[in-house]
Amino acid sequence: MTARDLIPIAVLTILAALLPLVVTSSPVLNFLVFMLIVALGAQGWNILGGFGGQFSFGHAAFFGTGAYVTAILQLRYGVNAWAGLVLATAAGGVVGWAIGFLSFRSGLRGSYFALVTLAFAEVFRILANAASFTGGAAGLLIKLDVRAANLQFDDRAVFYWLVLAFVAAVLLLTRWIQRSRFGAQLVAVRENEDAAKALGVDSLKVKLRAIALSGAVTALSGCLYAQYFLYIDANIAYGSWISVELLLAPIIGGVGTVFGPVVGALTLHGLGEVAKQFAGRIPGIDLIVFGGVLVLAVAFARGGILGLLERLRDRGRGIMARGPKEVSHAGR
Amino acid sequence: MLAVDGVSKRFGGLMAVDSATLSLQPGGIIGLIGPNGAGKTTLFSMISGFIAPTDGRIRFEGTDITAEEPHRRAERGIGRTFQIVQPFAGLTVCENIAVGAYLRHAKRAEATAKAREVARRVGLGSELDRPAGGLTVAGRKRLELARALATEPKLLLLDEVLAGLNPSEIRDIIPVIRGIRDEGVTILMIEHVMQAVMNLCERVYVLAQGRMIAEGPPTVVCADTRVIEAYLGHGAAARLKAEGAAHG
Ligand SMILES: Nc1ncnc2c1ncn2[C@@H]1O[C@H](COP(=O)(O)OP(=O)(O)O)[C@@H](O)[C@H]1O
Ligand SMILES: [Mg+2]
Repeated sequence: MTARDLIPIAVLTILAALLPLVVTSSPVLNFLVFMLIVALGAQGWNILGGFGGQFSFGHAAFFGTGAYVTAILQLRYGVNAWAGLVLATAAGGVVGWAIGFLSFRSGLRGSYFALVTLAFAEVFRILANAASFTGGAAGLLIKLDVRAANLQFDDRAVFYWLVLAFVAAVLLLTRWIQRSRFGAQLVAVRENEDAAKALGVDSLKVKLRAIALSGAVTALSGCLYAQYFLYIDANIAYGSWISVELLLAPIIGGVGTVFGPVVGALTLHGLGEVAKQFAGRIPGIDLIVFGGVLVLAVAFARGGILGLLERLRDRGRGIMARGPKEVSHAGR
Repeated sequence: MLAVDGVSKRFGGLMAVDSATLSLQPGGIIGLIGPNGAGKTTLFSMISGFIAPTDGRIRFEGTDITAEEPHRRAERGIGRTFQIVQPFAGLTVCENIAVGAYLRHAKRAEATAKAREVARRVGLGSELDRPAGGLTVAGRKRLELARALATEPKLLLLDEVLAGLNPSEIRDIIPVIRGIRDEGVTILMIEHVMQAVMNLCERVYVLAQGRMIAEGPPTVVCADTRVIEAYLGHGAAARLKAEGAAHG
């Protein structure tokens, strides 16, 4: 990775980190934390779906696993919240690897893979809703005990910085993937699996690594969700709402790009909030906005917002240079 | 280096390849010819691991590789191109070739350098940053060749890399193939362009309806009665001979 690869990530992170110094209102900070948690989970989705081309409709399976693992470890076994965070992330990786092993080894792709992930998430949701171990339908309440050692903070801004640090770390991870052999092989599998195999790519291994990483990152976001709101139940943690959010954000922002999930999450939730402000009495107005944005993105911006910006930039350059347009993939 | 021993492939009721045997020594360019539907591509797919034979064994450098995955065979040094080109359409030419180069070069800088070098060799040096999806037919064929070459194979299987090219494009690419041979890569090529086969191959195998019907130097094989009949139908050899006698 070169300085050019890292500078945009550094600049964006620093700017975002300055935000709580300007904005101090609790609802706005709440909104930002929630948006970043979704962005983090969406970054996880993007590793598998964006770079690997394996669209999952059930990333709630990982989000929920992260949330439940940390909650159960703390409540039932008295494990420290920070250790819970590490173990929850690892659990997401293991569950990802296991789901990948079952579906990729039997050659599932495309819509079949999407449906299998959806099925896993639903089974987990039903189990978590029924078992007493997971608190059943009543859900789990993490004990309020505001101490940094418990991963609970007085100041919302601190939690914001914590989530932002994870988002930045995954931006770096994604950039590394984009510039590494693993990433090249993962994208090759997405573009043409047979051609990749002929070039010596172990496509099963590459996909398993991708889904394990993806599951771990999304589980981390689920764990942070549980830790921030201190309450989860099956319909929150394993609900299809989060599966949808995690795949919408990258698609809107730019699938298979480093910044796509963050841009998408910000756009979706930004517009959703604006809509709530203006038409808050209409229930589900933010979902209607999500649907509308998705339709627009699919119809007019196939590469998402970042793809659209890139095309506009290329067109601008083309007009200025009056020469043949060179499509650049390097900067994404 | 490669020994295909009585290999068969059945698709339902169709014997696409019927106990074919073939053996290659290191070095040189060997042709695999035969009418459409003879089973040539299927045989390539079995050598490269994409299709499992219903019968027979394949050995590479003395090791039985019949049950090995395609990527393992690529690691061993078997490279292949696809008759129906399979570019990574969303990637640039350079990125396409780099996927092959990554097999033996883990570092991005090294893989990219290797990709550029290979691109220049096959005449794609000026197209490095173009999306592969935007290449012409000739460009895509070159890309197939470049990617396989970037894996630094010992044995290169070329499936109709000249098909769809015009005569001047064929003239351009023939020296490239010779150059690869001169570096010590063994080449097995499926080809319909007979002029190229005559030009390049020291030896050819002829496959017809799944069976290996002849083997030898191209000039000898092309005069073989069974080969002529495989291409032109039963009795064609006799007809040709009769016509030749009448004209002579
Ligand atoms: N995957 C497949 N399933 C069923 N039949 C196939 C398959 N692949 C090839 N065939 C059949 O096998 C025969 C040999 O095909 P192929 O190896 O492509 O011939 P060639 O490359 O010599 O033109 C053809 O009759 C073809 O229709
Ligand atoms: Mg063929």
